[in-house]
Amino acid sequence: MSTKTKYTEEHLKKELETQEYEYGFYTDIESEKFAVGLNEDVVRAISKKKEEPEWMTEWRLKAFRAWQKMEEPNWANVKYTKPKFQDISYFSAPKKKPKLDSLDEVDPELLKTFEKLGISIGEQKRLSNVAMDIVVDSVSVATTFKKTLNERGIIFCPISEAIKEHPELVKKYIGSIVPTTDNFYAALNSAVFSDGSFCYIPKGVKCPMELSTYFRINESGTGQFERTLLIADEGSFVSYLEGCTAPQRDENQLHAAVVELIVLKDAEIKYSTVQNWYPGGKDGKGGVYNFVTKRALCETNAKVSWTQVETGSAITWKYPSCILKGDNSVGEFYSIAVTNNYQQADTGTKMIHIGKNTKSTIISKGISAGKSQNSYRGLVQINARAENARNFSQCDSLLMGNECGAHTFPYIEVKNKSAQIEHEATTSKIGEDQLFYCNQRGIDTEKAIALIVNGFSKDVLNKLPMEFAVEAQKLLEISLEGSVG
Amino acid sequence: MNLKVLNINKFRTRNAKHETQNSMELKDKLISSYLAFENSGFIDTDSKVHAERNLAFLQFEKLGFPTKKEEDWKYTSLKPILNKDYNLFPDAENDIELKDVKRYFIHEIDSYKVVFVDGVYSSFLSETTHEGCDICLFSSAIKKPKYKMVIDHYFNTIAEKDENLTALNTAFTKEGVYINIPKNTIVPKPIQVLHFSTGNNNDVLLQPRNLIVVGENSHVQIIERHQSLSENATLTNVVTEIFAAKRAIVDYYKIQNDLQTASLIDSTYVSQKQNSIVSINTYAFGGKLTRNNLKFYHNGTHITSNLNGITIIGDKQHVDHNTLVDHKTPDCESHQNYKGIYAEKSTGVFNGKVMVHKEAQKTNAFQQNNNILLHDGATINAKPQLKIYADDVKCSHGCTIGQLDEEALFYLRSRGIPKQEATALLLYAFSNDVLNHIKIPALKNRITKLIALKLGVNLGFDL
Repeated sequence: MSTKTKYTEEHLKKELETQEYEYGFYTDIESEKFAVGLNEDVVRAISKKKEEPEWMTEWRLKAFRAWQKMEEPNWANVKYTKPKFQDISYFSAPKKKPKLDSLDEVDPELLKTFEKLGISIGEQKRLSNVAMDIVVDSVSVATTFKKTLNERGIIFCPISEAIKEHPELVKKYIGSIVPTTDNFYAALNSAVFSDGSFCYIPKGVKCPMELSTYFRINESGTGQFERTLLIADEGSFVSYLEGCTAPQRDENQLHAAVVELIVLKDAEIKYSTVQNWYPGGKDGKGGVYNFVTKRALCETNAKVSWTQVETGSAITWKYPSCILKGDNSVGEFYSIAVTNNYQQADTGTKMIHIGKNTKSTIISKGISAGKSQNSYRGLVQINARAENARNFSQCDSLLMGNECGAHTFPYIEVKNKSAQIEHEATTSKIGEDQLFYCNQRGIDTEKAIALIVNGFSKDVLNKLPMEFAVEAQKLLEISLEGSVG
Repeated sequence: MNLKVLNINKFRTRNAKHETQNSMELKDKLISSYLAFENSGFIDTDSKVHAERNLAFLQFEKLGFPTKKEEDWKYTSLKPILNKDYNLFPDAENDIELKDVKRYFIHEIDSYKVVFVDGVYSSFLSETTHEGCDICLFSSAIKKPKYKMVIDHYFNTIAEKDENLTALNTAFTKEGVYINIPKNTIVPKPIQVLHFSTGNNNDVLLQPRNLIVVGENSHVQIIERHQSLSENATLTNVVTEIFAAKRAIVDYYKIQNDLQTASLIDSTYVSQKQNSIVSINTYAFGGKLTRNNLKFYHNGTHITSNLNGITIIGDKQHVDHNTLVDHKTPDCESHQNYKGIYAEKSTGVFNGKVMVHKEAQKTNAFQQNNNILLHDGATINAKPQLKIYADDVKCSHGCTIGQLDEEALFYLRSRGIPKQEATALLLYAFSNDVLNHIKIPALKNRITKLIALKLGVNLGFDL
């Protein structure tokens, strides 16, 4: 803000509305893509393409058959034209090159893509000590730091590779948390997923670095269906990061992912997401439909923590859940959801308390601007045997302008008398009195807004791992620029 | 109208078949009874009420009873109360002695009384008036042109047309209270509305329909109670429409402390004009299944809506509070405060919704729901929702579920107060801030005693 005119919320609103999507470029990478449509043959073809064993093909077909009988859910507080599932190409991959030994041999176009994304692999490797798996159009293209991880017995690879090399682990755990028949999109994903990340942390190992996956939809007319499976064996720890972008297109692209986390005894997983799929134009044209199923299962003393920064997607339908099965297990959910223009988000979490002394925390911050709709939908369920369960939920919404909406739909179901549940939600705008208070103390309006918005989302921002903070800040700026300093 | 008649004729032939099968479900029974009811000549066939009834009947025929698949009925199943063979039209007036039912009245104070026994007006127990204001019967009001005009103007205008049970009630509109308070009137004493069911006619389904119109600057206090007097099953499906004009003040108290055989579905719809204050207080202390649908619609600025509730239940009782405050206009306030204490195998549901439309700037909406579970086996399902489309608002909700503070309990016990009393004291304190909204001292006293009774102690003090 070079001009010294009075900076008000109106300005911020305007800036938010006119903010363009920075990641809307398209990379001309040669790719192979299946013809549109979905039937058993396509499922078989995908399986064959990935050189999968027979049991995996059968597993996919089972899911596909279940999917055919299912109906799309329409209970969420979002309105959109349903994707035409027969108009999507279910497989698109950057054309296969001979296997590369080092990153230097990676397609330079691809490297450029990552540079544009601000995640130059080489740089990332040197500076931030993050091991990455990069998934373009649902196919894993690069995994870094493999050696370092191998030394500790950590398996971090594309799931297609894991199916071939570690079938015992995959077979045991895939679909165990999110069954193939769980919901419409999970079933679809199970049938057609093309790749994703697989990670196994052995007993007692503390993963020395952040593991990270970058997802990008590149091709048009494709859907992205990736599958992530994380297993933290007894006493281990891992911090996992996930980021997503897509090119700017007028069509609505479908992203239906499934993430399964298995947290065994005394283990801990910290799972952070920065979701920045293309949100659609100012007029609500295009954008990614983000229908994601994420779930974690916690055994005794295990802990899982979901942190998400949701700034993209035209439609978000996402409820990272924790099943607190083991005694003393802990589930956490920290979320910032920013919606602008015509974006619609229906997001939240499910905390299912089964074990004794289980604890869960939910902090959800929604910021809506433009003509967007932002909903929190969450479930806290205390089963009859979950003695001394504890939950704290807080859902705050900030509204900018009177054409957007903020909604809260918490479900609280308690069957045990020793449970202690607190839920609170507030909705407000940046109050005149709050601004006045700051002004009165010599803080100008621009700084005051920055202060208030930052303060509003601080609880969640603080939960992001350091290595990701830079990235997250950058993505958040897209929505909050102008309010910051 | 011709078309509708035709439709009904179609049902007639269909139901005839059902009768031969001799396996009528409640819905079918209601449908076939409607024909007899409709032709009973009780209401002019060209009146508005008649038309509304026919429409509602068709609606109910289409909808049927709600199932748990419907989001609003997710936590409440009507199955256990719909499998009875209810008597829909108890025949004659069943007399009851005043001494038998005196304890159900707030008899310490002078009041107007409108009493129904098995859905039939009991002139003997009632005290109505036409002086200054009209406190009488729906069935008699509709026969007089003067009141019929009011009824035609207001009847079924705010009741939800696509709500299953409200439609059912509308279809069977016949009896209830009719209260019309003209402008600038302060009703000198509270109005008590009591519905008794004697069980002399086996299981019975009652469907009272109330219409309450409060004029500008007027003030009225109403106490409503449904009481079953026998072990036979009673299902009451009551609908009340309340219209508050500018600056009107309405205090409404619902006492729900029925027998384990009685179930109640209460739908209350409130329409408010500017500067009016309407408070609905619900004391749910018993009954097999109680469902309270309470919906507020705002039509003016600076409106205040208060929704207060205390729920204390045990056994296998079920209480479901379903509220909506629809903020359509700016500068309005709503306060919801629901406290619940659930013992044994009881189930509580709180489904509160605050809707703030785009135009409703400067809204102040507050929703609080606190619950205590006393035993394992008790369940609470809470769903406090906010839907907000305006930015300059203050909206918040809070929901807690917990137990009594062990330390507070210990403190009291260390001072020689037995555990049961100490628990009761703390629970009483828990619900106290809702009690403070009662503006009739005798009623407050009665509610306090009921709470003490429910908690199984003598609190040893009156308020």
